[in-house]
Amino acid sequence: MPKILKERRVISVVVMNESSVLARVTALFAARGYNIASLTVAPIPNSDMSHITLETNGGVKVMEQITKQLHKLIPVYKVIEHEEMVEKEMVLIKFPIAENLSDIAALCAAYNGGIANVGKEMVIAQVADEPKRVRHFIEAAQRYNPCEIVRSGVVAIER
Amino acid sequence: MQMSGAQMVCEAIIAEGVKTVFGYPGGAIMHVYDEIYKQNGFEHILNRHEQASVHAADGYARATGEVGVAMVTSGPGFTNAVTGLATAYMDSIPMVVISGQVPLSLIGTDGFQEIDAVGISRPCTKHNFLVRTLEELPRILKEAFYIARSGRPGPVLVDVPKDITVEIGEFSYPDSVNIPSYKPTYKGNNRQIEKAVEAIKSAKKPLLYIGGGVVLSNASDLVRELAEKTQIPAVETLMARGVMGSKNPLLLGMLGMHGNYASNMAMSETDLVISFGARFDDRVTGKLSEFAKYADIIHVDIDAANIGKLVDVDYPIVGDVTKVIEKMLPLLDDVNPDRYNAWREILKRYDDLHPQSYVDSDEVIKPQWAIERIGELVGEDAIITSDVGQHQMWAAQHYPFDRPRQWINSGGLGTMGFGFPAALGAKRAHPEKTVINITGDGSILMNMQELVTAAEYKIPVINLILNNHFLGMVRQWQTFFYEKRYSETDLSFQPNFKALAEACGGIGYDVSTKEEFDAAVKDAIEQDKVCFMNVQTNRFEDVLPMVPAGGALFNMMLPQKTESKKENS
Ligand SMILES: Cc1ncc(C[n+]2csc(CCOP(=O)(O)OP(=O)(O)O)c2C)c(N)n1
Ligand SMILES: [Mg+2]
Repeated sequence: MPKILKERRVISVVVMNESSVLARVTALFAARGYNIASLTVAPIPNSDMSHITLETNGGVKVMEQITKQLHKLIPVYKVIEHEEMVEKEMVLIKFPIAENLSDIAALCAAYNGGIANVGKEMVIAQVADEPKRVRHFIEAAQRYNPCEIVRSGVVAIER
Repeated sequence: MQMSGAQMVCEAIIAEGVKTVFGYPGGAIMHVYDEIYKQNGFEHILNRHEQASVHAADGYARATGEVGVAMVTSGPGFTNAVTGLATAYMDSIPMVVISGQVPLSLIGTDGFQEIDAVGISRPCTKHNFLVRTLEELPRILKEAFYIARSGRPGPVLVDVPKDITVEIGEFSYPDSVNIPSYKPTYKGNNRQIEKAVEAIKSAKKPLLYIGGGVVLSNASDLVRELAEKTQIPAVETLMARGVMGSKNPLLLGMLGMHGNYASNMAMSETDLVISFGARFDDRVTGKLSEFAKYADIIHVDIDAANIGKLVDVDYPIVGDVTKVIEKMLPLLDDVNPDRYNAWREILKRYDDLHPQSYVDSDEVIKPQWAIERIGELVGEDAIITSDVGQHQMWAAQHYPFDRPRQWINSGGLGTMGFGFPAALGAKRAHPEKTVINITGDGSILMNMQELVTAAEYKIPVINLILNNHFLGMVRQWQTFFYEKRYSETDLSFQPNFKALAEACGGIGYDVSTKEEFDAAVKDAIEQDKVCFMNVQTNRFEDVLPMVPAGGALFNMMLPQKTESKKENS
């Protein structure tokens, strides 16, 4: 058996803005038992299209089949298997107010982020960076007892 | 022009040139049926089950190459249609199914007879639409027909909420379609085509591997021309029977699980597979690692996703088979057909060694005999449909198919119950042709209510029931792989098929000798009524050769050798 390399992949899918188009895209993954690690969707400004960014894992053959099948969907306009890309992800983390705020602010600053909101009991930090850096930020944030972490999923653009 | 949504549906069907619609009414689609009553641009046939309506539209499409149309109501009407959609989807058949849906305001409320039709049918349609406004209805109808027939064809569902069928609005049917995200590739890359032709010229043992895509693309004449010009031998898949013509000396036969010896050996030994419109299905390839092990592969397919899906391809060509062969032919002007003489000799010896054969009997009708006999009696004139099981494989092996669209069967999904309603569709499309459904005692019961439809509309199709009192194909596997434990496959308890046909307004024949067989066939052809021809065959006949699932193509279980070989003509 040849070794099947399961690499992380980021795919952009440009689709016509139709109500069921996201269901068509995700159903294609589900029907084949492929996993979607993250997913973002938003309309492309000044057009009737949307941009879907998908993060998944798979070998070369599987990815080839996925992109071809995606392309076959009628409302799919373009499929980009990213190679040379700029990718960003955002994370929001909620900390108890009792934690050391200046430490948290310094940590956020180190990851090009900041404090997004301070309430009576909670403080919310935000960071938008490369997915790997976001992961590191989340690891570093563990020591301040985060009570909720929300990640956005990846958006990517080919260089 | 101002009209209702229901009228728009009818106008679109007329504008598309559809002459026959198969369907079944119900609450959500009643406004459309009201308009059907008022118009005379097309006829409507009331099948007695929605599954049969969709198979009939499918049979109509397969017999003509045009888009078949079926109409059903919401909820159970739609769910009954799903098997029909899936059957057409797996064989890439152009079809539009129009389903009623509960009014927009009720969608998502578990309304009476509400079901998420677009959700359920997503994986078994080429595309589907839920109509949301009356304004988009004409465009959606136009796109549905266009999508169904263009590129790799397939079924399209249009789900129309009831309130939209009542609403009145402006109708003008678009003359053209513009879907920026859907542009099928027809042409085939010139450079790739040239390279493929060079490979053909330098091959020693090339083999044409012909699939159902050739039928869909109406490319049979071109394929025959290419074979003739190059003298390259050919194998056909189940879906391609009739493309080369049974009398064609270059045709080796059908390949795959129940392929003949020469075809499967050819695929195992070829050094260049030239695949036109075939998709390397597991029933064809057997064990993939042994499939065409010594060959480079040229794969011509209109669907890029088919190429490289299962086997690695050396010369991928995305395009319409017709367009690609048109480009190949002039490039092959200087090919030397003698180059492949030795290869053809080898294959001829394989065929002489193990021809497609069976042991005939004087006591009992053998199913293979019945099929060959039908071939002798009606041959090229008939359209043959079939159900699923042993009878289907015997029909594919033994009937002398001579033209494309003569053989209509559910290859991809393998749907029992397909044959009879599909025959109705084919007969409606070609009333001048004898249409015979070769079926089994199991399969025929799965849409037997169509006796009533056929009798009412005087659609005289012949149902040739090869009655082995078994779910024979499953029984065969039980014999080979389950130590003869015949779990739930014994059909000894039978209806009176003759009386059943008669009770529904058709004719029945009980046949157990060869003389009775000839007489019944002769009589059935002259009648203008639907019939059940209940032919008693021997119970334990096996379909051979057989490649056990997952085995290598060259490891075939072969039929017993006989003194008086009965060869497949
Ligand atoms: C709808 C459906 N259910 C079950 C099967 C599985 N199946 C395949 S062949 C077969 C037996 C068919 O029996 P019959 O129609 O009598 O044909 P025979 O094999 O005896 O010629 C069955 C049950 C199927 N193909 N389709
Ligand atoms: Mg049977």
